[in-house]
Amino acid sequence: MSDNAIPRTRAATPALGRAIGLLLLAAALIALPFIVKAIGQPALVPLATRVLIYAIAAASLNLALGFGGMVSFGHAAFFGIGGYAVGILYRTFADDALFLGFIPGTDQLLITLPAAILVAGLFACIIGALSLRTSGVQFIMITLAFAQMLFFFFVSLKAYGGDDGMTIRRRNALFDLNTRDDVTFYFICLALTALVFLVLWRIVGSRFGMVLAGIRQNERRMAAIGIAPYRYKLAAFVISGMGAGLAGALMANYLRFVSPDMLHWTKSGELMIMVILGGVGTLLGPLLGAGALVILETVLTGWTEHWQIVLGPILLLVVLFTQGGLSGLLARLGLGGRSAP
Amino acid sequence: MTLVLEQLLNGLQFGVMLFLLAAGLTLIFGIMGVINLAHGSLYMVGAYASAFVAAQTGSVWLALLGGLAAAAIIGMVMELVVLRRLYARDHLDQVLATFALILIFNQSVTLLFGRQPLFVSVPPALNGSVQLLPGLTYPVYRLAIIAVGLLVALGLYLLINRTRIGMLVRAGATHREMVRALGVDIRLLYTAVFGLGALLAGLAGLMAGPILAVQVGMGEQILIMTFVVVVIGGVGSIRGAFFGALIVGLVDTSLRAFMPGLLRQVMAGPEADALGAGLASMGIYLLMAIVLLVRPKGLFPAHV
Repeated sequence: MSDNAIPRTRAATPALGRAIGLLLLAAALIALPFIVKAIGQPALVPLATRVLIYAIAAASLNLALGFGGMVSFGHAAFFGIGGYAVGILYRTFADDALFLGFIPGTDQLLITLPAAILVAGLFACIIGALSLRTSGVQFIMITLAFAQMLFFFFVSLKAYGGDDGMTIRRRNALFDLNTRDDVTFYFICLALTALVFLVLWRIVGSRFGMVLAGIRQNERRMAAIGIAPYRYKLAAFVISGMGAGLAGALMANYLRFVSPDMLHWTKSGELMIMVILGGVGTLLGPLLGAGALVILETVLTGWTEHWQIVLGPILLLVVLFTQGGLSGLLARLGLGGRSAP
Repeated sequence: MTLVLEQLLNGLQFGVMLFLLAAGLTLIFGIMGVINLAHGSLYMVGAYASAFVAAQTGSVWLALLGGLAAAAIIGMVMELVVLRRLYARDHLDQVLATFALILIFNQSVTLLFGRQPLFVSVPPALNGSVQLLPGLTYPVYRLAIIAVGLLVALGLYLLINRTRIGMLVRAGATHREMVRALGVDIRLLYTAVFGLGALLAGLAGLMAGPILAVQVGMGEQILIMTFVVVVIGGVGSIRGAFFGALIVGLVDTSLRAFMPGLLRQVMAGPEADALGAGLASMGIYLLMAIVLLVRPKGLFPAHV
């Protein structure tokens, strides 16, 4: 992996402009449900929810891929595990049974989300610990292999729907909120997205983040100054997997459905596309990328059933002719660069 | 016993198909350093082009030529237009660009031929079965695939190890800069190697036509397995691709054939079938993970 290919984290732009840009973005996201209601397009709220959920997944992947230089082609595994954690806990709750004989089910969001994060983190720890023994193409392929293994595992898991997946009758409950309501669920997702981006921002700026950037640029040099790269990379990979698990848990709640499709390798590809489209190694890039891909997909699907024939060339052009994805493009055009710290 | 032999032959047949794809992929990766996810699309192009020509003309030879030519030409155009720009980029850009190519190929084929799978009949000369051993009859067509695959392997071996072009290919894989410095037109070599890889993928695709349904998405299914083969065998090594393909073909086929039966001895029928199918599908990925953990460069690393 050549280090010049992944753009360096941009030096801090003037704090004031950046703060204003972020505030504007936050205000726009908070105002969105009310605006779309006012213009009579309430269907846009679920769309925005999907963007936010994918943004969490893509931003988490970006920690491994962009900031850590680990090209994981298997992040859909953690996304799917998060989803299945919610699904299996709900099913166990609905059946009033014990999962594996000792874990009671639940439909409380405050329990299912941490559980999903924990399980995804556990899997990321195992998969990462093994995969990080390799690098380069081998790393890409072994992460893909683990994701495929889990994909086929869930396909053959007949007790939880197997190939067909399973429906979750109700979204998880949070206090007395009506999570069934699209706007309420949107705000739950928005709050969690903000939290994830805040955590990632703190991580990237911390000593840990600096070491990670150093390892990405030159692993041998970091080893020479006395830092064991393996541990830092593994930690970043696990955090990245936990974020993807959270996104998967939210997606399971959003769709009220989980299926092995969530773990399919094309999903890993989609998450990578979001990161690259938005800008590898930028904080807000994944949000832009997720928004661009989900909206493009929705618009093109409404326009033609063969939407991929339009998406393909667009992606190709983005890869071949823009460096640093959408946020790089915006920055070069002098637009909105300030809002992407 | 005959059942085991039959499954071994099936595994061998699947293995040589995988080899045809893996040989091209590993050459392309070894020499140009490009991860080409769209290699499976060339396999699909070969299958569709040959099925189309066969339906139009009814001639087996024209169908063969059509499939090979379409795959090779489209492969070289792909190299000239897109992949050439990616050689200096990192793997991430290559993965994304070739992923975009997959979308384009799949949708173009859907637009041209529709979503219905095409069915291709076995060429009349190869129709029927032969009795190999008492009690073991085997389709001639599958035997022909094995023969073609082994012949191609032999041809590639001679091409790589005995000819001037092969020498350049080998030198290009290990000492790229030196080959360029010695005045070899490396870009022509790249295009030629890409065309050869595409040709082999097309050959695999058109041979698969009568066995499997020719449909959109057939490329991706086999592509992932081909990557497993390449990584197990050692990236960039033809020998590795050959043995990797045979190992993966045999392991996958025998797991699929025998796993449900073994499980049925310890659990109920339908669950055993589902779990067996799942475990069989996981098998080759598990194999790859183990190989990579023990020998991170694969079984037959090209760059020692």
